[in-house]
Amino acid sequence: MAATGALGASIPKHRPSSEQLLRTAVLPWFVVLVLAVLAQIVLQPLLGEYGAKVARQAGIFIIAAVSLNVVNGFTGQFSMGHAGFMAVGGYVAAFTTYYGSMVLYGSADKLAYPVVAGVTLPLTTGHLLMLAGIALGGCVAAVLGLLVGLPSLRLRGDYLAIVTLGFGEIVRVLLELSGPQMFTAAEVKDATVKQWLSFPVGGSLGFSGIPTYADAFWVFLLAAGTCLIAYRIKQSSSGRAFLSIREDEIAARAMGINLTAYKVRAFVFAAFFGGVAGGLLVHSGVPSQPSIAGFQASFEIIIMVVLGGLGSISGAVLAAIILSVLPEMLRNLAEFRLILYALLLIVMMLVRPKGLFGVREVWELGRGGGSGGGGGGSVSGGGGR
Amino acid sequence: MALLEVGSVNAFYGAVHALKGVSLAVEKGEILTLIGGNGAGKTTTLRAISGMVRPRNGTVKFDGQDITGTPPNELVGRGLVHVPEGRGIFANLTVAENLELGAYTRHDRAGIAADLERAFELFPRVKERQKQLAGTLSGGEQQMVAIARALLARPKLLLLDEPSLGLAPQLVATIFSIIREINRQGVTILLVEQNANMALKVAHRAVVLEVGQVAMSGNAADLASSDAVKKAYLGH
Repeated sequence: MAATGALGASIPKHRPSSEQLLRTAVLPWFVVLVLAVLAQIVLQPLLGEYGAKVARQAGIFIIAAVSLNVVNGFTGQFSMGHAGFMAVGGYVAAFTTYYGSMVLYGSADKLAYPVVAGVTLPLTTGHLLMLAGIALGGCVAAVLGLLVGLPSLRLRGDYLAIVTLGFGEIVRVLLELSGPQMFTAAEVKDATVKQWLSFPVGGSLGFSGIPTYADAFWVFLLAAGTCLIAYRIKQSSSGRAFLSIREDEIAARAMGINLTAYKVRAFVFAAFFGGVAGGLLVHSGVPSQPSIAGFQASFEIIIMVVLGGLGSISGAVLAAIILSVLPEMLRNLAEFRLILYALLLIVMMLVRPKGLFGVREVWELGRGGGSGGGGGGSVSGGGGR
Repeated sequence: MALLEVGSVNAFYGAVHALKGVSLAVEKGEILTLIGGNGAGKTTTLRAISGMVRPRNGTVKFDGQDITGTPPNELVGRGLVHVPEGRGIFANLTVAENLELGAYTRHDRAGIAADLERAFELFPRVKERQKQLAGTLSGGEQQMVAIARALLARPKLLLLDEPSLGLAPQLVATIFSIIREINRQGVTILLVEQNANMALKVAHRAVVLEVGQVAMSGNAADLASSDAVKKAYLGH
């Protein structure tokens, strides 16, 4: 486990025993599950309706920030189109749940939650529909990530940033051009193929009435799961390959790392989980409008990643929480939110140029991770945008 | 048969004709040094061999197989490892993590551990600094990490590009004695150097490049005493 330990010690001598397997493979997922259950039980009574909603929002942005971190943080490629992938995943998921419900249940109203032994469970067939939609949305986003990634990852720095920025804007415009939403089951029943092909998600009016199945349990299950997977990747040989590309592309190549393959891998991973985050977002009661694909949305996620520290998962989590809660606390100053963001970033860049935790995780901070010169080169330079 | 054979390779950077039909051969077990002035094509020759630059024509043969234009990620596992100019340390990773990346293409854990021990014997300083971020090391230590990292890929042929660049004279001597020791342990070395004096002392044979072409080649000792080389590269 110890990433910074002696090399010899980090190489196990034999195959893991079943006890080790239990500890390293099963236990973390059990913790993820427990966290999700806790979130479902504790958040609402503790924080109230409104507070719980903000917490769920934070959970969704944790997924977005942690996944973008794999590209911008680990691999050092500056992507500015993450919200585009989120929107793709979100709209595909929303489409699946909304029209699926219309067809299956005759309306897009939320199904009644089952009560087992006095406990209301956030698990209906509607939830399964949502999960299927989220998985589908993630996959569509991942395929788009591959399509955008393959040609554009030959580009460096600013050029890649421009291409990804353009991708987000294309998604936004295409969503604005989508067909009008169908509001009744009868309409859905009589819909023509042409109507379906126009992707009837409401165009610039937005897609409304999506059942809000994104309960705390599901949000935090996926958020904690994403963090765990991202952490595992960081510790794996792929993670080392990502980090080495970010540090020095020529040296990484010289060590036998296939740059394009790994960049694309990072990009596809980020796109998939970005799509998952978008899928949860549209089911959380936030109005789904094409603007969720826009530049400003991407920018907010980038800020989370830069603020948390490019490459630090716990940093991204913390920053996602701070930047989800802060604007709610500053509701009265809503218009000044971005000014505040910018100020926060400027101060951060002056005080901690590598973000809250740099490349390291919170629990690794004692081990000299926070030190080390300006570094980051073009990556931290890009953060100043 | 030579371990590495480069046959009239031409390479371009855009319109710039960097290598104009370079041919050379590196025999198994030797140190061959490639010397020459700025812009002579020394680095480009290494890059053309390791696949960082794709030659326009000509052939590169390694261990009996044609590897012309093969990307580095397919060559490292076959034992052809390039230590690029300017060290290329992963500054924000620890020394241990840097070394792990050297063994990136390998999966034989016991072999990696043994090679690590061997590298630590050659570079005790690197062993001491394992947990430190590589970017915080001195220039000489960084060069040591770069070479140790390359050794973890278990090279048959090691391409070293300017290992003495920017180092204090005393360190240069240390690095060169280690290079000789690595060679003694059975690694064939192709060494590019600006410090022709030192390079000719450690190498068995030498090739002199001038503006993309081979100008001279022969025994290192003979070249070191030849008047033309003395005048042009040794400064006396």
